[in-house]
Amino acid sequence: MTDTTVKISDAAIRRRMLREFWFYFSQNRGAVIGLVVFVLLVLTAIFASLIAPHDPTQQYRDALLVPPIWQDGGRAGFLLGTDAVGRDMLSRLIHGAQYSLFIGIVVVAIALTGGIIIGLVAGFFGGWVDTVIMRVMDVVLAFPSLLLALVLVAVLGPGLTNAMIAIAIVYQPHFARLTRAAVMGEKAREYVTAAKVAGAGNLRLMFKTILPNCLAPLIVQATLSFSSAVLDSAALGFLGMGAQPPASEWGTMLAEAREFILRAWWVVTFPGLAILVSVLAINLMGDGLRDALDPKLKRS
Amino acid sequence: MFRFILKKLLYLVPTMIGITLVAFGFIRLLPGDPVLLMAGERGVSPERYAQIAAQLGYDKPVWQQYVHYLGNLLQGDLGNSLVTKKPVLDEFLALFPATVELALVAIIIATVIGVPVGVVAAIKRGSWFDQISMTGALVGFSMPIFWWGLLLIILFSGVLGWTPVSGRISLMYFFPQVTGFMLIDSLLSGDEGAFASAVSHLILPSVVLATIPLAVIARQTRSAMLEVMGEDYVRTARAKGLSPRRVIAVHALRNAMIPVITTIGLQVGVLMAGAILTETIFSWPGIGKWMIDSISRRDYPVVQSGLLLIAAIVMIVNLIVDLTYGLINPRIRHK
Repeated sequence: MTDTTVKISDAAIRRRMLREFWFYFSQNRGAVIGLVVFVLLVLTAIFASLIAPHDPTQQYRDALLVPPIWQDGGRAGFLLGTDAVGRDMLSRLIHGAQYSLFIGIVVVAIALTGGIIIGLVAGFFGGWVDTVIMRVMDVVLAFPSLLLALVLVAVLGPGLTNAMIAIAIVYQPHFARLTRAAVMGEKAREYVTAAKVAGAGNLRLMFKTILPNCLAPLIVQATLSFSSAVLDSAALGFLGMGAQPPASEWGTMLAEAREFILRAWWVVTFPGLAILVSVLAINLMGDGLRDALDPKLKRS
Repeated sequence: MFRFILKKLLYLVPTMIGITLVAFGFIRLLPGDPVLLMAGERGVSPERYAQIAAQLGYDKPVWQQYVHYLGNLLQGDLGNSLVTKKPVLDEFLALFPATVELALVAIIIATVIGVPVGVVAAIKRGSWFDQISMTGALVGFSMPIFWWGLLLIILFSGVLGWTPVSGRISLMYFFPQVTGFMLIDSLLSGDEGAFASAVSHLILPSVVLATIPLAVIARQTRSAMLEVMGEDYVRTARAKGLSPRRVIAVHALRNAMIPVITTIGLQVGVLMAGAILTETIFSWPGIGKWMIDSISRRDYPVVQSGLLLIAAIVMIVNLIVDLTYGLINPRIRHK
């Protein structure tokens, strides 16, 4: 230990950690591609109304089921064709990005917050508190996630908000379990004992001392949940239980397109492709994050 | 071993009770009067209302209602469907084989392809095969299967005309139901056309349902193999001069299979969720479609009991997986 290391400020340490993180993340080609696609997706969602050539709900009555521009019968105004009531596919897809990102963010935020609090309490206090909480989480996990989300939506009523709440409830146990496991590993460490001896209260110990050291697995799980949330909410939309028409949510678009599958391939193909590309990009990022944040993998 | 099984069974009891509480609470959380929801009638007279309430036990305090509900469950009384008026359990048992057949074929497809792909990808780490198969696995893992099913219908039913769009078998075939599995029953009937029809109906839905498990199994097999191949005993086997083939088949593969078997078992929940979507797309008459239809028809007794039965099945299969795991890996058993 030289004098210089002592002088390094918190900000410098953080900068160094970020640089190290980026080094490992950028070595994964897939992860970088995923990140680029994801950034493009975010930009599309933010500037949707500027990019989209048409209003996503505007029905052009003279242009029903127009094929994409490169196919016979395609029209210059509609790059990816139109749907059964004459709405521009491209504009709807662009606006659909808003739904998917919004759903992902809200679901992960709710599930993460709830899961962290539940997991912290269970792991920190242990004993019967832990037993009761974890048994309840086991019950939630016993149901297939999509089924439980469906039933919750049946209770709450179909719609985007309720679908997001339902999916968040279903995902919560994963975060709670991860947090609990990490907390139990950290709890016995010396720095926690030191903080306790120094007089830190339970809340401070939980949130300021222990939690920051448990974040790596939670970040990875958050990315995975983000992509699952996009998939599950699209599935709910497809089953008529998520966002309701005329919303340009991708799953809902697919549900409306189902009866035209043998007549107009484009109304089915593009929304699904949009879901696949977004989910794939997020999963690629998740893989990269896991590699960069997992010290075990770094050494090998 | 006996103590291990007993411990696992006891561990299951609180979760089972929790599941019955969820199913019990579900009806009471729905907006609207639970008595009217369960009766499925409108504009009932006060006398009729009291009669239904008494019949369902809803006139008693909640804890007595729950005891009443549990009592009915233990006697195999899961209520009657509002739409068909038939007992829910009978309907479930009639439709369940269709889902099991679909799920079994799917998991077989996923395992038979996924495990070898994972093994080869691990052995040839970094090769083009590894890169392509793992990219494919990630695409499969990210796949919205309801869209994937529609695409396959467009291609194989629409463009090529090879497979039927929906159902389990062509209506022109009729034969006695022995096992409830269309593949086996049609074989038993001795009619080759019937068997071919059953296969052509089954192939697309099972491929769709197999997609995500296949991706998960391939990825898991690869990482399990990579981990095992770095172990000392594999290095020792190699140093002893054993052939690479023997090292992989005997020393590495057998140990790598332990986590893979668990992964395969844990796909049951994924399969049940996937069955809901797959059966809806292909009009497959199984319990996934039954649940969706019941939710949209507000047939709440069916939803309530279907939820319970599906969760119970997932738990039982997971228990079997746990026990198998203990059987092949003594370290777990004695912990």
